Amino acid sequence: MIKEALIPKIGVVTDIRRDTPDVKTFRVVGTDGKKLFEHLPGQCAMVSVPGVGESMFSITSSPTNEEYMEFSIKKCGCVTEVIHSIDVGQQITVRGPYGRNFPVEEDFKGKDLLFIAGGIGLAPLRSVINYVRHYRNNYGKVVVVYGARSADDLVDIEEIRNEWMNEKNFEVYLTIDRPQEGWNGHVGFVPAYVKEIGLDPHMTAILCGPPIMIKFTLQGLLELGFTKTNVYTTLELRMKCGVGKCGRCNVGSKYVCKDGPVFRMDEIDELPDEY
Amino acid sequence: MLKFKIDKLNELFDTISAETPLAMPLEKAGEADYGRYEKGAKPALGVLKTVKSPKDLFFPQSETLMKFKTEGKNLAVEAPDENVTPFVLFGVKACDYKAFEVLDRVFLADPVDTYYQSKRNAATIVTLACSKPEESCFCKVFGIDAAAPLGDVTTWMDETYLYWQANTNKGESLTEKVRALAEEGGEDAVAKQQKATREIIDKLPFSHLDLSYFKENGTKEIFDRPEWKELSEACLACGTCTFVCPTCQCFDIREFRSAKNEVIRYRCWDSCMYSDFTQMAGGNNRTTQMQRYRQRFMHKLVYYPENNGGLFSCVGCGRCVNKCPQKLNIVKVAKALGGKKHD
Ligand SMILES: Cc1cc2nc3c(=O)[nH]c(=O)nc-3n(C[C@H](O)[C@H](O)[C@H](O)COP(=O)(O)OP(=O)(O)OC[C@H]3O[C@@H](n4cnc5c(N)ncnc54)[C@H](O)[C@@H]3O)c2cc1C
Ligand code: SF4
Ligand code: SF4
Ligand code: FES
Repeated sequence: MIKEALIPKIGVVTDIRRDTPDVKTFRVVGTDGKKLFEHLPGQCAMVSVPGVGESMFSITSSPTNEEYMEFSIKKCGCVTEVIHSIDVGQQITVRGPYGRNFPVEEDFKGKDLLFIAGGIGLAPLRSVINYVRHYRNNYGKVVVVYGARSADDLVDIEEIRNEWMNEKNFEVYLTIDRPQEGWNGHVGFVPAYVKEIGLDPHMTAILCGPPIMIKFTLQGLLELGFTKTNVYTTLELRMKCGVGKCGRCNVGSKYVCKDGPVFRMDEIDELPDEY
Repeated sequence: MLKFKIDKLNELFDTISAETPLAMPLEKAGEADYGRYEKGAKPALGVLKTVKSPKDLFFPQSETLMKFKTEGKNLAVEAPDENVTPFVLFGVKACDYKAFEVLDRVFLADPVDTYYQSKRNAATIVTLACSKPEESCFCKVFGIDAAAPLGDVTTWMDETYLYWQANTNKGESLTEKVRALAEEGGEDAVAKQQKATREIIDKLPFSHLDLSYFKENGTKEIFDRPEWKELSEACLACGTCTFVCPTCQCFDIREFRSAKNEVIRYRCWDSCMYSDFTQMAGGNNRTTQMQRYRQRFMHKLVYYPENNGGLFSCVGCGRCVNKCPQKLNIVKVAKALGGKKHD
């Protein structure tokens, strides 16, 4: 039989959690009940319920989780609709891990970390945040700024409230776009909120969210004195193979599936404006 | 060196194909394309350019990647057998042979694409030198010598003989199977033909196309050239240039339910010239045909070389020159952009 990168492993969905009206988080293990494969924070995998196609998703669980993997998936098209329709016990296909991870062991170690996420953009960051929580002593202060359209669109809010908010030297700021009954937290867009909070520009910043949020947040950070070599983000492009061969996800000479999805802002500056 | 009388060629092909499958340019509906030789087939060795390149043999236009058996909530994957029957690929021109190196650097890079690799390894490649190159050829620009192609065996053909030179062990073992049909000799005739071919090539209109601009300038300078707009204006997004190109390697992965309990996942050639190529749930990073057109040529002349030690992803076969309904092609791009730097 062909041993091939494009041939996936079979996984079993053991838990499905509804996070928001259009995001569900799927817990996956192998058919032997063990974790399918190891990964590093920020890496992705191709997931599919055969019949419609595969899609790329961040592995949102931390590598330090030894039992299972999780994917937070937003329903927005054919493949994600099928994935949203499955029940616990369904077997799915998973291949990976793909792409360059966040430099948690290299550049992040010993640093104060600022995580800024919008909407489903929390998915890749959650993997890093929980990794950092696991090796808490290796990292300095952690600040998380997370925004969504409404209170109902905040992904993983229970974990954030019950676990992250109780960590030492760990600040969490939540915001929603418009006022809402029952919400007494901050209201406003992420970029503006980031400027209000009063951040130390020596922190290492990690951004993930819709392109428009990234653009304005980055501008704000630069105004606050952050340097591009201390800011990381992920790019999202159409992907099919995940291994740099189908020719689909390039920006200039870089293939986001293997040279990314994690990039440092100064590296992004080197790319032609086509992402 | 060996030589085979021209009127013995069918015997040569019958001998080879009796033992191993043989793929070569054949005449089909008035056009020449690579196909499986069978007794009585019409070889088209005199045709300079097949419509499509032989990349089909290693990277088929459409190929099953795997099957899934579905049973309730359960799944099983069935991958195809990687044992490909050894076959002979005959009549490959120098440019198309060089294109295999371009494809190898993509498909054989880590992680190896074993679908491609198994077919690539199963092939014994017999190249055929060109003797009548024409205006649209510009292989010389890429350092390719059309009169001396590589491969497991190199052949040359004139009115009386096919000359045969084995270059590798695979080539030697193919030679053993056909030696009985051959005579010794031919060095002089080959040398004479090579000289004549090289003289023609030197005079071809695109043979001295200057690509130094693409070597000396980075992505950003070339990407932002205003000429892209005008160059791409007539592009129909038909994708012909990508399908006939021996180095174009983009593919799509698709699947369908072939039976109640079975899903087939396959890949097929795709084209960066198509508007849905980069369509995503959250938008599209190339919304205009100018961007897509630019992508194709930037990839061949800038991005691919950047990732592959300066090797261009064009071999000057001239197919896009001949086949584009709008007469847009890589030579036009190189001429329009080459030379001047924009500010
Ligand atoms: C590195 C990376 C990490 C990611 N991580 C996550 C994650 O953690 N969580 C998550 O939810 N998502 C993530 N995504 C995004 C996810 O891959 C996409 O949302 C998903 O592939 C959408 O697939 P779909 O089949 O459901 O949508 P599709 O059906 O492919 O398409 C969605 C929309 O695209 C448009 N479209 C598609 N095809 C065409 C066409 N032919 N013509 C016109 N319009 C078309 C339509 O508007 C359609 O509604 C990630 C993407 C990348 C690249
Ligand atoms: S460049 Fe020519 S062949 Fe290629 S897509 Fe455009 S019109 Fe078609
Ligand atoms: S770009 Fe045109 S000339 Fe170059 S290899 Fe492809 S089809 Fe041939
Ligand atoms: S997804 Fe195929 S090259 Fe990146």
